[in-house]
Amino acid sequence: MSAITRAEVAHLARLARLALAEDELDHYAQQLDVILQSVARVCEVAADDIPPTSHPMPLVNVFRPDEVAPSLTQEQALAAAPAVEDGRFRVPRILDEE
Amino acid sequence: MSTVTPIPFDDAIATFDPVIGLEVHVELGTRTKMFCGCPTDFGAEPNTQVCPVCLGLPGSLPVANAKAIESIIRIGLALNCDIVEWCRMARKNYFYPDMPKDYQVSQYDEPICINGYLDVTVDTDEGPRVFRVDIERVHMEEDTGKLTHAGGATGRIHGADYSLVDYNRAGIPLVEIVTKPVVGTGALAPAVARAYVTELRDIMRGLGVSDVKMEEGSLRCDANVSLNRPGAEWGTRSETKNVNSLRSVERAVRSEIERQAAVLLAGDRVVQETRHLHEDTGVTTPGRSKEHAEDYRYFPEPDLVPIAPSREWVDELRATLPEQPSARRARLAQAWGISDFDMQALVHAGVLDLVEESVAAGVAPEAARKWWGGELTRVANERGVDVATLSVSHGDILRVEELIASGAINDKLARQVFEGVLAGEGAPDDVVTARGLAVVSDDGALLAAIDEALAAQPDVTEKIRSGKVQAAGAIVGAVMKSTRGQADAAKVRALLLERLGVSE
Repeated sequence: MSAITRAEVAHLARLARLALAEDELDHYAQQLDVILQSVARVCEVAADDIPPTSHPMPLVNVFRPDEVAPSLTQEQALAAAPAVEDGRFRVPRILDEE
Repeated sequence: MSTVTPIPFDDAIATFDPVIGLEVHVELGTRTKMFCGCPTDFGAEPNTQVCPVCLGLPGSLPVANAKAIESIIRIGLALNCDIVEWCRMARKNYFYPDMPKDYQVSQYDEPICINGYLDVTVDTDEGPRVFRVDIERVHMEEDTGKLTHAGGATGRIHGADYSLVDYNRAGIPLVEIVTKPVVGTGALAPAVARAYVTELRDIMRGLGVSDVKMEEGSLRCDANVSLNRPGAEWGTRSETKNVNSLRSVERAVRSEIERQAAVLLAGDRVVQETRHLHEDTGVTTPGRSKEHAEDYRYFPEPDLVPIAPSREWVDELRATLPEQPSARRARLAQAWGISDFDMQALVHAGVLDLVEESVAAGVAPEAARKWWGGELTRVANERGVDVATLSVSHGDILRVEELIASGAINDKLARQVFEGVLAGEGAPDDVVTARGLAVVSDDGALLAAIDEALAAQPDVTEKIRSGKVQAAGAIVGAVMKSTRGQADAAKVRALLLERLGVSE
């Protein structure tokens, strides 16, 4: 029995815009379970006085001056676009959003 | 149930208390974007101010703009916020093509500025009233690209076949200012919302951190509104998006109060949703439903290191803050000896800076106020331009006032002088000479004009003779017209009455 439910896998799949078949939900539930268990073991090692780490290096305040650097040309910017119109990226219409 | 008939505002307020909350987005006026060196100029050709970083191309890495961080700290300080000692940027993940990376860099549970407030003043029947709007947070994020929905008939998303994306705006530094829920405003809720956004705009302008042009989207407002019966729990809120003028802020809140009151009185429930204000009708319609709680899976942005403003830096920036707009208005009103009402009129006309500059150039406050707030604003409105762009200098105003004081011209002729100056006919003295403008003080010439006017209107003449002094206005008007405004009206009147042997 997975600790991760099929419903949770379906939710994650929707957030990631992945179309998963019914049998794949079980399949990935098991795999995610293994991953979570591994992470849980790492958590056991961490002591209470160690804060969660998001950045491994002790750096703060890395800024750049507000100076203009060259941009790409429109042709360069659009070079890898699957579809282009009027100097813009052409994308499928998006439903349920405004 | 989206088609309820709104109930009148006063009825809505008699039954319900509104709670409002405002989220204002301010695009900073930095030269470059938040995380790359692309320029931020408005109106450039599409996709010409983009680079691998703001297009989210693989391998590119963002670096935060120092000026943007400095600006947001100054904004936080101007809004009486605490500046945190350490915070991180966060990734907000979502799939929508307005961001090419499929996430927006923002801040989540660690905003850089917290716990501020802004006092705003609204006019009431009992005089000005001050409300304190508490500010929950001010955080840093990046703006998104601009979508145009194409194909289909309406140009809106429904019915569109596809969308076109311009990423020039994607990555421009954006500051989001979020209020705490504002309670206790009652019928003044729409006015408080407007006053808050107005004050915020003036503060941003004073700080010089943004051009805050609502019509170009560099200041955008989302208005949250909910209603509850007095003493009851707060109701469900709606959020009206991208309200793009000060007037619309007021209308959006008002219209939501009227609509929600109707929904509640009909026994329905208010749906938590995003709504859109229609500028033409002032009515909101539903957009995206928020029934499914959005799941953005925020996490600390791994590509940007934490921000830890030193206390020395914060104090240094605090020392650069300009006078708060409200304090400045109070100071100037007192110095110029004008009422709050007159000051509001100048602020509304957008001429406060100009009046102050004219006064600094030596023009009497009353005269500076009269010309900027009256004639010059009228001309600017007529031409549909910003009054500050009119080609008239403070020296011109000073000279016109000197000419009036010396008796060479009167107020009426002064308007013609400004007309000439604005038309590029030269300095005030040039216009006076070229147009032959001068007050006719020669009694003989005036009497001749009076006699002519009397002869042309014998019936009026009889009326005045028989003691109806108020009829004299018609003759004075005719004389002013025949002298092209170059006579002193009071003097004409005195001469006229003397001529007819009538006394006031």
